[in-house]
Amino acid sequence: MGVGASGAGRIVPPMSATTSGADGSPVVSLRDVVAVIGQFPALAGASLTVDPGEIVLLRGPNGAGKTTLLRLCAGLIAVERGEASVVGFDLATQRDLVRPHVGLLGHQNGLYLDLTVEENVRFWAATVQASDDETDAAMAKMGVDGRLTEVPARKLSAGQKRRTSLACLVARRARIWLLDEPHAGLDATGRDELDDTLSRAAASGATILVASHELERAGGLATRAVDVIAGQVYER
Amino acid sequence: MSVWRMARLIAAKDLRIERRSHIVTNQVLPFAGITIVVFAFALDKQNVLQTVAPGLVWLATMFSLLVLVQRLFAVETDDGALDAMRVAGIDARAIYLGKAMALAAQLLLLELLLVGAAAFFYDQSIPSDRTFSGVVLLVTTMLCATCGLAAVGTLYGGLAAGFKGSETLLPLLTLPAVAPVLIGATKAFESAVGTAGAVVSEGWQWVGLLAVFAVAFGVGGTLAFGALIDD
Repeated sequence: MGVGASGAGRIVPPMSATTSGADGSPVVSLRDVVAVIGQFPALAGASLTVDPGEIVLLRGPNGAGKTTLLRLCAGLIAVERGEASVVGFDLATQRDLVRPHVGLLGHQNGLYLDLTVEENVRFWAATVQASDDETDAAMAKMGVDGRLTEVPARKLSAGQKRRTSLACLVARRARIWLLDEPHAGLDATGRDELDDTLSRAAASGATILVASHELERAGGLATRAVDVIAGQVYER
Repeated sequence: MSVWRMARLIAAKDLRIERRSHIVTNQVLPFAGITIVVFAFALDKQNVLQTVAPGLVWLATMFSLLVLVQRLFAVETDDGALDAMRVAGIDARAIYLGKAMALAAQLLLLELLLVGAAAFFYDQSIPSDRTFSGVVLLVTTMLCATCGLAAVGTLYGGLAAGFKGSETLLPLLTLPAVAPVLIGATKAFESAVGTAGAVVSEGWQWVGLLAVFAVAFGVGGTLAFGALIDD
């Protein structure tokens, strides 16, 4: 489903935001997208289409535009040129509407370090008025339930912080997970746990874009891999 | 979820964090208290202290405001939570109002401590012939000044949080902006306690200034905050 830098891939028609992804239509659709950071074109005609339930690995050297691509999909960076939609919302004009559907896990975890695991997850769950049962299920799904719930985030291991952060994404019902080097800072056990978590999340319908240098590990996880080079996306 | 409901959620979260971390009680309040004591050492003449006490109270409040605002946004940037809130699509107006409410609650606590410290160290009190009107003026002044300081502090705190060197940028932005609060609150405080023969009625015009300031920055901040914290 991926599209090369030539932009010769599938052209995605305007989608209904409410049905995007649910009927098999792409959840991410970029066509010849240009995004500028400062004066620098961090994305220079990138095209990519991602279907629901896919785990797409973004490969590429440092500075190639992987993080920018993820942040653009999260609605954090403006589209300078081209066509881009996520879950059916136009990224040029509806960035605010895209954001509630997307979860971005970057180099930081987005946790409140003085709050406990449970308080962190409940805060994010409350932002979408999720029920207590939903919140408990999110913690259980990511393996941060039980004795961990009362532990302040500051005292968690790197892997536990990652899992707590993912539990927050589940609790706030993010449909697309954008993960930037999710294995960074994790030990072998933490990496295995994370991979298991991502596989289960994808199996339950989440769409995941992963930017990683750890090709062997992330490649085994991904259903598809694309190369990001000089701000463009290439399907291998 | 409505903006107000989200704002209350964010304010409650911020206050819970402060209750857990004890940064306000163990560091900011002692800092404010020490500032008051140091002023007393520096201006070691009772008549001078009594004259300038209202200004010193609000000056100490300004300094402590900077520490509180740094802390308010440090909890958001320590692990990228502010980015997470933006990605989650939380209304920037709710973030602004929630953080301003949390800051206002902390400032009120701080001001109560400082007024108590001024009464003790600077021998400040409301004259018996104006106890009721003086107290009303003092409380109204504190409420209006607190709203103004919280509005400005949250606005510039959010702006500075996105920059390198935010610790030094914040005072540079905030102190000039809160100068009207410093002046207005000091004058109103003087009227409440009768410094240099000031009468209570003179204080209300300064309260009016504080109220206008709070509303202007509150409305402006609510509208501008999203653009300030966004790319």
